[in-house]
Amino acid sequence: MKILLIDDSKTMRNIQKAILTQLGHTDVLEASDGLDALSKVGAYQPNLILVDWNMPNMDGITFVKQYRAKGLKTAIIMVTTEAEKARIVEAITAGVNNYVVKPFTPDALSERIKETLSRVAAA
Amino acid sequence: MDHSYIMPFIKSVQNVFATMLQMQVKVGKPFIKTAGSPAYDISGIIGMAGDVEGAVVLNMPTATAEGVVARLTGAPMACTHADFPDAVGELVNMVSGGAKAQFPGKTVNISCPSVVIGHDHHVLGCKDVSSLIIPCTTDCGEFCLEISIRQTDGAAARKPAALATA
Repeated sequence: MKILLIDDSKTMRNIQKAILTQLGHTDVLEASDGLDALSKVGAYQPNLILVDWNMPNMDGITFVKQYRAKGLKTAIIMVTTEAEKARIVEAITAGVNNYVVKPFTPDALSERIKETLSRVAAA
Repeated sequence: MDHSYIMPFIKSVQNVFATMLQMQVKVGKPFIKTAGSPAYDISGIIGMAGDVEGAVVLNMPTATAEGVVARLTGAPMACTHADFPDAVGELVNMVSGGAKAQFPGKTVNISCPSVVIGHDHHVLGCKDVSSLIIPCTTDCGEFCLEISIRQTDGAAARKPAALATA
């Protein structure tokens, strides 16, 4: 399982990476913003993407739109401080499969990851 | 400043600390910032723009900030460490994001965080808007949440403006 972790905060990437490791996912590639991520997805071909919303250079929602515009179907979880219902609807409309609001507990993020992966496996 | 914006910040800072740090935040009586108000050495700053504009500052003494960052990252980290500002920035990002979600019917964008570290610095808030200080106490020590925001008449969200420090 290859997981692309996109967040401009190294602190937040480390927190999420520790949770992924606890779940047994050790093949994790990090990107610091949407542009950085777009430059890596071709070679890495992730099975799951975790993406923040507010980032410099290219934000998460723009990344999702551009990624989906390429016809790529990889499951995407938005992990963000943007908690308003309108934002969640915007993200789902853009092609996000699941949504986690920061702050989160390790259990909450773990559950969303498991839920998303099982949904994708069943599809 | 409209005082109805105070409670969302109190709820948010308590939620962020409880969820990410397993730490309780006791909140004191908010007061208007004056020239003599305490100013700590570390400030995490977020700009807001859109239906509400201004700035949110998480202002901490070094000892408190180092304690809080250690809890967040799981390891001791001095304020001189290259990753220290990132951790402080992520905290104020979560506090601001959680608060703005409680502004009913408002579209608000937040900036990427900035962090200032240095003795006796002051963050200048929104012009013509008084800054409100919410004093907080935790197991790691005291800190302040400083809010200087106002409602705008424009519904269209604009990019947050940069803030000045002095």
